[in-house]
Amino acid sequence: MLYGLKIALRYLTANKGQTGLLIAGVAVGVFVFIFMSALIGGLAVFLVQRTVGDIAHVTVEAPSRDPASLLPPDVGALVAEQRATNQRQQLRTADAFLPLIEALPEVAVTSQQIVGNGFMVRGVVTAPVSVTGVETDKVSAIADIEKALQDGSTDLANSSVIMGSTLASDLGVSVGQVVRLQSDQDVERPLVVSGIFELGVEALDARSAFVSLSTARTLFNLPQGISRIEIKLSDLNQAPPVARRIANETGLKATPWTEGNSQLLDGLRAQANSGNLIKAFALITIVIGVASALLLSTYRRRPEIGIMRAMGASRGFVILVFVTQGALIGLLGGLIGAGLGYAALLPFPVPELAPPGGLPVDVRQGAYGLAISLTAIGAILASILPARAAARVDPVSVIGQ
Amino acid sequence: MSALLEVRDLVKTYGEGEAETRVLRGLDLRLDSAELVALLGPSGSGKSTLLTILGTLMRPTSGEHEMLGEDLTRAGDRELTEFRNRHIGFVFQFHHLLPDFTALENVIFPLSVQLGRETKAARERGRELLARVGLEHRMDYLATKLSGGQKQRVAIARALMNQPELVLADEPTGNLDRESAMQVMELIGEINRNEKTTFLISTHDEKIAEICSRQIRVVDGLTQ
Repeated sequence: MLYGLKIALRYLTANKGQTGLLIAGVAVGVFVFIFMSALIGGLAVFLVQRTVGDIAHVTVEAPSRDPASLLPPDVGALVAEQRATNQRQQLRTADAFLPLIEALPEVAVTSQQIVGNGFMVRGVVTAPVSVTGVETDKVSAIADIEKALQDGSTDLANSSVIMGSTLASDLGVSVGQVVRLQSDQDVERPLVVSGIFELGVEALDARSAFVSLSTARTLFNLPQGISRIEIKLSDLNQAPPVARRIANETGLKATPWTEGNSQLLDGLRAQANSGNLIKAFALITIVIGVASALLLSTYRRRPEIGIMRAMGASRGFVILVFVTQGALIGLLGGLIGAGLGYAALLPFPVPELAPPGGLPVDVRQGAYGLAISLTAIGAILASILPARAAARVDPVSVIGQ
Repeated sequence: MSALLEVRDLVKTYGEGEAETRVLRGLDLRLDSAELVALLGPSGSGKSTLLTILGTLMRPTSGEHEMLGEDLTRAGDRELTEFRNRHIGFVFQFHHLLPDFTALENVIFPLSVQLGRETKAARERGRELLARVGLEHRMDYLATKLSGGQKQRVAIARALMNQPELVLADEPTGNLDRESAMQVMELIGEINRNEKTTFLISTHDEKIAEICSRQIRVVDGLTQ
């Protein structure tokens, strides 16, 4: 084994130019592999961050109150069920479930909310709004209102409102001015605009208004209970299993963000598949490059292989020498390519902090270990064919040359 | 006295059908220990084919081939490779050294490949052998940096590395000038006398053959 390694090293160092070019070729392939991994992974983080950054990862609501069927499921009868719509669905026992939810290790923050619709009125201007009542210390728990604030503050009092910039513009109000909010329960309250935000999502900026939980109770005639609990997780990819666990343990309806964003997920999957295809091509290029270079080396070294065989080197030893060359080329090219890839990616900020229009590559998602391992394995596999060809060299055919 | 090597009724043919060429036609040969034998014969007589078969690099079409009491006609490829490494040394007309290796590395190759590593003892013996062939000052030279005569002496040292019972030399002086050729033959004779190693030397040169203790002529695939 050691002697095979020595001979493999000697063969590689005997022709430094050719070996250097071969390793450089492998390194370029690994660099492409790593850059694609970082780009595809970074794009996914960037898109998910932009799409899911301001929404809840899991939303917990009261289960739908469909009437129970008295007929067994296999009776063969067609049954039409009328869903109850006369009463706003609410979580009456949120206080009982909240500690259970907050105790889950994946949960970063929870936000109890009362939601409803209404109209914002100022003078003759009326605008439809989606009102969210939140705990006053958790205004920015789900959407980062604090960061998106354009004017005023996120401090919510019992008679204040925070609204989107488009809505404020439509109503012609600014911070400190008063608007009237008329809820769909026919309750009307004058509210002082305490803050104006711009999230960059037109639907939110034109329709959203945040009030305190107690103001929302008055507006929507909800003396107790809440509409829903919104949850942010430390890892948003854990949303489906966490939602399932909450649903199982509480009996409530828990919806992960992935359910409402299947198109985004399809897009990310397609993007990942495209990236994998490019990475596969990079690997195939490496394998073909190593195989052809070693085949050439086998042909060039036929006389030496013959002499080694005549001196008592077994076929296995010859195979070992050539496979070791492939492994060394793969490993060295892999390490150099990974090092260059890491160095090239390092100056880029992580996608979460990427400036608008910047390249969202993620240095953390370079898949360095995978790239090096796959390259080494690929190079070893690529060297098997030349190694077998070398082992078949007939010493008699070269001794006479 | 038991034979070191014996072949009986050795036949080797190349090709099939009408293209079949019979190179060895039932050849018999016996070599004893410590012999220095010249193998003479015109080109195409079958000398090289015979040496190749005796060196276990090729199998005969039929006949018996025994060495050190082992029936080599029935041995598998792995056994033959191992047998060749331990008991047979080769010296070729064109020396066939490994060009990317030094003289010392070439000499110790047969033992290193057997052990799977280069040992201190192997290097020590390699140095001794190179000193014996007068190349102690060229040990670390790459094979490509040596002259023709020096290369052939390195090849002789390599052939002796594993202390083989038999060294097969195919035209070992064919590529050397007269002076170098005689030096190489003197060296072979000395090793033969001192170490009791059997040499079978294929040559066209009658003067070289005269140095040997016995001459065997191969004509039309048969010994005379």
